[in-house]
Amino acid sequence: MPTNILMPALSPTMEKGNLAKWLKKEGDAIKSGDVIAEIETDKATMEVEAVDEGVLARIVVPEGTADVPVNELIGVIAADGEDVSAVASGGAQDAAKDAGKAPAAASTPAANGSAPPQAAPAGTLTVPEGHQYERAPELKPVDAKPAAGAAPAAGATPAASSGRVFASPLARRVAKEAGLDIASLKGSGPHGRIVERDVRAAVANPPKSAPAAAPQATASQAPASQAAAPATPAAPKPAGASDEQVRKMFPAGSFEEVPHDGMRKTIARRLSEAKQTIPHFYLSADCELDALMALREQVNGSAPKDKDGKPAFKLSVNDFIMKALALALKRVPEANVSWTDAAMLKHKHADVGVAVSIPGGLITPIVRAAETKTLSTISGEVKDMAARARTRKLKPQEYEGGTTAVSNLGMFGVKNFQAIVNPPHATILAVGAGEKRVVVKGGEPKVATVMTVTLSTDHRAVDGALGAELMSAFKDFIEHPMSMLV
Amino acid sequence: MADAYDIIVVGAGPGGYVTAIRAAQLGFKTAVVDREHLGGICLNWGCIPTKALLRSAEIYHNMQHAEAYGLSAQGVGFDLSKVVGRSRGVSAQLSGGVGFLLKKNKVDVIWGEATVAKVGEIAVKPATRSALGGAPVPPPKGAKAAGTYTAKHIILATGARPRALPGLEPDGKLIWTYYEAMVPKSFPKSLLVMGSGAIGVEFAYFYRAMGAEVTIVEVLPQILPVEDAEIAAFARKRFEKMGIKIITGAKVTGVEKGADSITATVDDGKGGTSRITADRMISAVGVVGNTENLGLEALGVKVERNTVATDGHGRTNVAGIYAIGDIAGPPMLAHKAEHEGVICVETIKGLHTHALDRAMIPGCTYCQPQIASVGLTEAKAKEAGHKLKVGRFPFVGNGKAIALGEPEGMVKTIFDAETGQLLGAHMVGAEVTELIQGFVVAMNLETTEEDLINTVFPHPTLSETMHEAVLDAYGRVVHT
Repeated sequence: MPTNILMPALSPTMEKGNLAKWLKKEGDAIKSGDVIAEIETDKATMEVEAVDEGVLARIVVPEGTADVPVNELIGVIAADGEDVSAVASGGAQDAAKDAGKAPAAASTPAANGSAPPQAAPAGTLTVPEGHQYERAPELKPVDAKPAAGAAPAAGATPAASSGRVFASPLARRVAKEAGLDIASLKGSGPHGRIVERDVRAAVANPPKSAPAAAPQATASQAPASQAAAPATPAAPKPAGASDEQVRKMFPAGSFEEVPHDGMRKTIARRLSEAKQTIPHFYLSADCELDALMALREQVNGSAPKDKDGKPAFKLSVNDFIMKALALALKRVPEANVSWTDAAMLKHKHADVGVAVSIPGGLITPIVRAAETKTLSTISGEVKDMAARARTRKLKPQEYEGGTTAVSNLGMFGVKNFQAIVNPPHATILAVGAGEKRVVVKGGEPKVATVMTVTLSTDHRAVDGALGAELMSAFKDFIEHPMSMLV
Repeated sequence: MADAYDIIVVGAGPGGYVTAIRAAQLGFKTAVVDREHLGGICLNWGCIPTKALLRSAEIYHNMQHAEAYGLSAQGVGFDLSKVVGRSRGVSAQLSGGVGFLLKKNKVDVIWGEATVAKVGEIAVKPATRSALGGAPVPPPKGAKAAGTYTAKHIILATGARPRALPGLEPDGKLIWTYYEAMVPKSFPKSLLVMGSGAIGVEFAYFYRAMGAEVTIVEVLPQILPVEDAEIAAFARKRFEKMGIKIITGAKVTGVEKGADSITATVDDGKGGTSRITADRMISAVGVVGNTENLGLEALGVKVERNTVATDGHGRTNVAGIYAIGDIAGPPMLAHKAEHEGVICVETIKGLHTHALDRAMIPGCTYCQPQIASVGLTEAKAKEAGHKLKVGRFPFVGNGKAIALGEPEGMVKTIFDAETGQLLGAHMVGAEVTELIQGFVVAMNLETTEEDLINTVFPHPTLSETMHEAVLDAYGRVVHT
């Protein structure tokens, strides 16, 4: 009985993803547990594992296809002993029909024996009515150690660049002139060929940028802060210059055009939305770091070493900042909230995100319940997630949600900046460089290590005095770091 | 007990019989009803028998000009009854062929005149007369007789008939339609042709080539009114050179019938009138859909000015009743009807279909020079707001045309300047009706000028004129 491979949902809210790569070719033998394909969302690349044994009879959706809807047929596996070519040519419907004859046997992946637990949350792999017989593929995020051959670059290249797109010459030209990526369109011509009417329709009705409820509901994390500074965000287009008009401002050949990948589009969309819909205000304060630096040196110096002499941990200033912010939120719980139209969500834990710059964008992995975790635990988690973020191998649940975030540009010598609140957070802390400054103490000029931090808040959720209270608590923890250890 | 079908097609013209065959291919139990001829007007009184007549005219013309090719032919003449006989033979052969195709595809033929009694049921009565007014044509072998038949889907493909103008009604004797013009018993020495569409022009050419004095009267300012003005003007010059008198912007206002001739009063549109006497007059002022006597009014099927309103997939406003071909509106062409029929039954089957893009239906006229076109004329393209790139190429720059002794012709291409889309192609000259499909394919595949420029056209062929006309639109023409 042939098995249909469906586009998996990587998170409860995922509607579509890019089929980044097929790791098996048509005709390849498949063993249960084999990684057969990589799916890329705006933030992560996930592997699709085979549940069944057999032969990959047909690849329905070629690699490099962008925006494949969840539960769409992407391939067909012929069971051992089945006529591969018959299954392949029979196509999805036939395969589905055949499979439908024995729905009971197929409906439970577990019946297959070695099926590993599904990585995605329960319920995300439910299929539409009438398709119960199709087996949901297993998902497994890639480990921190990049698996051999799992090219991290996959996410960086635009998905559309590989695989032939069938489109009429006229459709291509009209799309080019309209600044549309032809690969992003669905063809209505013979065999799905993209014809002029498809392009005209897309020009007339551009795909909606995101459902209105997106910020709270999807919470697919796009990062805040640094990226926001200059330039116009791309996605929800301001009524202004068209792509064509912008291009015309520069001589032809004086620039290279790099099509947006999913991450870039998400950053543009979410930050435009955040900056336009959240009433921001900003609170800055200087924090003295001398005590913290001394404590850090002491704690790092006492870290247990393994047999190679490598210390078990090495805390960074940022680890202290995250912990301090978490504790400050616990001390001022009214600020540990998320805004929704109907109600304020008061969080029980301080889930602190940290903006990690990665090639092509940034991502904000979350340290959950950071107030309960030791500095060394926070440090370890951040290191691990940052490393995986750089290869786009974070699980969605590792970057979705959170109650606040830290964006630290101190390492670049930045003194002070304002970050953009990243919903569903109500606050974000922008951290500048720690530097020796002359401060006045007891009427005397003294040299101290000082950093300037700026808290951006969503005024709908956190008012001025409340934000100030939070800042004060944060400053207190940073300047009296021993209090973080108890 | 009525025979039950999935699909009954009313009318076995080119639209109807192709629809029926496609329906049978898709697994439907199918029947087709006709009252007179398998193959309809096209095969029996239109496209096909005229091509046979025109072929005779063309050969006759060439024989008269044999010397130009270094040949000699003496005593060149024709026997009208044999010319007509050959034409009828061609029709009979092909009509028989349609019967064979229907049988092969297990499509039943029901003989008689159909009325849609109600949704899902037709009543068929025996025909009372033939097109020319004689006794009804006997049914082909194996045809089912009149009676009541049921079908889940009824597809009307009843075609069209010649339009009659009030006061100028054809009488079959002195004022002909294409029926009588197709089978003349004696050869008229002079002929007045009213209307210069494809039918009018083809008969004008035929009778002129065979030796008659021919006058065309056209109410619009140009002959071949649907064609590009430049092409029509080119054709007009050719016709005038061969001796056809052409009066445009003029109207026949009345006809006096003599014993064996007519005298028409022609209003020249500028206040003047003239009288033209001719042995016969052909009324070729278009055709109208056969929407009457089908029971459509009683069923509430929407019909406007002899056209059944459809949704582009053949569906009328009444579920279970469909219409294709001439009765579904212009252009009234066999190939359009066939395609509409296929789309209709494929839609019934649930296949993924698109409505026919009428802008991509080619039109052909088979006089000499031939005229063929697809898409927008230059005027229509401008009207539609396109910025244009227009290319032209004359046959005189083409080696094959010179070798054939056919240097009179031209190809015109019309591109959208912004997208390079081929909006229209218009041709006049030898064999252009066989060439036009190259542009039709190109348009259907949505090629741009680039693809056409990069396409290799074989040498030496007339088709090279097509390539050159594309090159010319982009300032790259080679042979002029």
